[in-house]
Amino acid sequence: MAERIQISVRVNHTLFEREVESQLLLSDFLRHELELTGTHVGCEHGVCGACTVLLNGEAVRSCLMLAVQADGQEITTVEGMASPALAGALHPLQAAFKEAHGLQCGFCTPGFLMTLIPFLKNHPDPTEAEIRQALSGNICRCTGYQNIVKAVQLAAKRMAQSA
Amino acid sequence: MKPAPFKYLAPASVEETLSMLTQYGYEAKLLAGGQSLIPTMNFRLAQPAVIIDLNRVSELAYMRPGDSGGLCIGAMARQREGEYHPLFAERAPLIRETMPHVAHPQIRNRGTFGGSIAHADPAAELPAVMLALNAGFKIRGREGEREIPARDFFVGMFATAMQPEELLTEILIPPLPPRSGWAFKEVARRHGDYALAGAAAVVSLNEQQRCREARLVFLSVGDGPVEARGAVQALAGEIPGEEVIRAAAETAAAVDIDPGSDIHASAEFRRHLARVLAVQVLHQAYERARRA
Repeated sequence: MAERIQISVRVNHTLFEREVESQLLLSDFLRHELELTGTHVGCEHGVCGACTVLLNGEAVRSCLMLAVQADGQEITTVEGMASPALAGALHPLQAAFKEAHGLQCGFCTPGFLMTLIPFLKNHPDPTEAEIRQALSGNICRCTGYQNIVKAVQLAAKRMAQSA
Repeated sequence: MKPAPFKYLAPASVEETLSMLTQYGYEAKLLAGGQSLIPTMNFRLAQPAVIIDLNRVSELAYMRPGDSGGLCIGAMARQREGEYHPLFAERAPLIRETMPHVAHPQIRNRGTFGGSIAHADPAAELPAVMLALNAGFKIRGREGEREIPARDFFVGMFATAMQPEELLTEILIPPLPPRSGWAFKEVARRHGDYALAGAAAVVSLNEQQRCREARLVFLSVGDGPVEARGAVQALAGEIPGEEVIRAAAETAAAVDIDPGSDIHASAEFRRHLARVLAVQVLHQAYERARRA
């Protein structure tokens, strides 16, 4: 029998306490235990980037971390992006993806968004080359990336204006 | 696509880790950044009975200046530090230059220096760069501490000179001699993917601008990082101009390496890449050494 371990994790500013099996992946913990199904699972070996979440503010693959390793840490998922203070208004990145057609089927989108939050914080005025390099670890099979790059440029411009 | 069950241990210190390693030996696997181990566990290519998670061993997560311009890197220092921490730009610019090629930002946020080195993937950048920089590794075990130079450490595919009950604790980067230059380049299908071939070079000149010492190391062309010793001999005592570098790169690609063919590239193509990359890194390292 697998051992069960008590963990307490803060996800999108809410503290969750659960008992989990040692081999449970963080991605499955978020989806199955917390029912936060915005985090998508694509390849489950760190190639596609769909499961990207923020661990203490930095983008990581949630399929390459154990849930037990998140004990005492702060996780942000795509569900935590929209502002509760503004009645769920879209984050500027989400709004830009919508307007610039930065998504089609939407499967990869949560991973792109979570990758881009810390990227735009560190590169408020990114070049196209920097954007493409930052997104090299996220695979999208619909868009061909052109509109994703445009969405990032649009979001960066707006976030700089409102800063 | 899920790991098999295992016993999970999270030691808080090196001492505690060593006693767990002594107790479990071959049954246990050390979990550092997990960016290679967890995928292999997800595929069930690895099914360790015991996981010893090093992420709470905070005494291993550091970088500090070493003796006379060198750098000491704790085994659990994250790879992203190599990209952003000023100590790397100052004291190990070759690592700083290589870092953006090591997988993707999300991987480097978790991945560690010690993990990549101890994993010894022949396609990994850090082992090759460690050889080029003449690094040393501090290893702790039951009988105390020993230091293994990088050139004795990598002994084959995913194989190192460490014993199962030993722990890599620190990476020692010695200072470069005066009039030294460095360079790293690789060719990958997608930025951040495993490279089809890559090369790291360090060139040091004497006062007459002749090559006093050089190291040229390839990745993804053998069972581990491969030092091009024949090429380096061709550089010794020479002014590394275009002709000399071209001849050295020729030796490197034709004699020093023995690449294999796989679905990604034929052996012949890898030799071609190695030759082209060798010319580029030796040239850039020489130019930097001249200006140093």
